[in-house]
Amino acid sequence: MADEPLVLGIETSCDETGVGIVRGTTLLADAVASSVDEHARFGGVVPEVASRAHLEAMVPTIDRALKQAGVSARDLDGVAVTAGPGLAGALLVGVSAAKAYAYALGKPLYGVNHLASHICVDQLEHGPLPEPTMALLVSGGHSSLLLSSDITSDVRPLGSTIDDAAGEAFDKIARVLDLGFPGGPVIDRYAREGDPAAIAFPRGLTGPRDPLYDFSFSGLKTAVARWIEAKRAAGEEVPVRDVAASFQEAVVDVLTRKAVRACKDEGVDHLMIGGGVAANSRLRALAQERCEASGIRLRVPRPKLCTDNGAMVAALGAEMVARGRAASSWDLSADSSLPVTDPHVPGHGHDHVHEAGAGNLYS
Amino acid sequence: MLLLALDTATPAVTVALHDGTDVIASSTQVDARRHGELLLPAVDRVLAEAGLRLDAVTGIVVGIGPGPYTGLRVGLMTADTFGLALGVPVHGVCTLDGLAYAADIEKGPFVVATDARRKEVYWATYADSHTRLTDPAVDRPADIAERVAGLPAVGAGALLYPDTFPSAHEPEHVSAAALASLAAGKLAAGEELPAPRPLYLRRPDAQVPRNYKVVTPK
Ligand SMILES: [Zn+2]
Repeated sequence: MADEPLVLGIETSCDETGVGIVRGTTLLADAVASSVDEHARFGGVVPEVASRAHLEAMVPTIDRALKQAGVSARDLDGVAVTAGPGLAGALLVGVSAAKAYAYALGKPLYGVNHLASHICVDQLEHGPLPEPTMALLVSGGHSSLLLSSDITSDVRPLGSTIDDAAGEAFDKIARVLDLGFPGGPVIDRYAREGDPAAIAFPRGLTGPRDPLYDFSFSGLKTAVARWIEAKRAAGEEVPVRDVAASFQEAVVDVLTRKAVRACKDEGVDHLMIGGGVAANSRLRALAQERCEASGIRLRVPRPKLCTDNGAMVAALGAEMVARGRAASSWDLSADSSLPVTDPHVPGHGHDHVHEAGAGNLYS
Repeated sequence: MLLLALDTATPAVTVALHDGTDVIASSTQVDARRHGELLLPAVDRVLAEAGLRLDAVTGIVVGIGPGPYTGLRVGLMTADTFGLALGVPVHGVCTLDGLAYAADIEKGPFVVATDARRKEVYWATYADSHTRLTDPAVDRPADIAERVAGLPAVGAGALLYPDTFPSAHEPEHVSAAALASLAAGKLAAGEELPAPRPLYLRRPDAQVPRNYKVVTPK
């Protein structure tokens, strides 16, 4: 069992209710119910709307994942759940479900880190993670460069955004261009027909004295908005495709440049890219090009595994079981600001499976 | 019959086991900020006290509120998932009904009010401990003062606003023991209990942004 643990993972840190099932590094099921349509008219994720949707969707999504995987809940070796970081109320729904599920089935519970899960998911696509792995995590909530020598115990942040997350910048520019929410996919689509060199937008934090691995997208966002407003003020048509392409190029240029630089500086020959923005086609292409030029092997999961899902949580949970990491306690809480350096939330004192066995006659 | 009852719609995290005749074990802790942490260990403790394991349970009873949403969902999600894992029915009970039952008032009318925060209360009126007269509602105490004038009242929402509820008294919070006894009685009488869906009573706070903020300096 220890080599190929069968684990169910639950993810509710934002607006996707995700339930995934993996056996070791093999993906068996990836069921996701999204409330994104309910948020669209608000131009962003509304926490209370997301929490309500998680409660409604959880049981049907667990059912769907079990059917997809063709396994019985009794055969699980553990239940993993995103303990943080994320929206507090949304996380709590998933943590409550995972605790109840694990307890009722008499299985160990693993509260894991959302960011480490985004990295670990690539095991389902490209096999075991090289050690160390450099990871670029980019989404609506985070933009970070992380170096991990063991995804279950050692994740070191090298840099992160000092203002907006990359995905946030896509959402904001999409709004300025009246393209709706979420902004990532629609900007990607328009950009394909535009000229990325049409407008020279600024590259944040790339000066000689700027921090090497930190990001900033707030200045870029303002520069793009001003450029559009100036066009509109002059009564000219805004070249949406060129703006989208040039803006996107500015974002992915900085992301890939810094990621490749970090790999070289740390002597790491693997780069993993995860998070919702990793679904961006230009980011994938430019990263491929630059990694090839530098002799770095690029690992990017398929887009569906880049966005939030339960399979990534299950993947990290399975790794926790395989490596014999301590399970979480029944009083596990959701931690909206769980540090990236904590890949999981181990229980205190003695092993809780044993505790349940003693208290409730489970063996 | 073995019912596991739980409620997290008030500051109390409360769990009880009921064998169809009596409450055989229970736990109540008051901590409005730690529903998520306290509930599962409380379930574990109550089962251990009774010397039973969770899969002996034949049904789950859960308070469906109204109550502050974040805490309320902890109980509902836990109950739902227990139901799924054990393959047993999950019954909802209005939390205010549980409080009314616990108040043990034979002749009303009286009011049950819990704290809805934001200077409001969740409330309903009852003819007696088993009979609700009005749908649960959420209001500012001053706005319902005329409707509840002269009525005895129970619950933290009543105790919190003595101007509106001068004769407020205990119980302050709901207990799963009362919830379980109420549900056991209704089930034994063949009554249908409501589905375990939350009574939110308010829409989510969310505003549709009118437009993006212009950044060009004037
Ligand atoms: Zn994410």
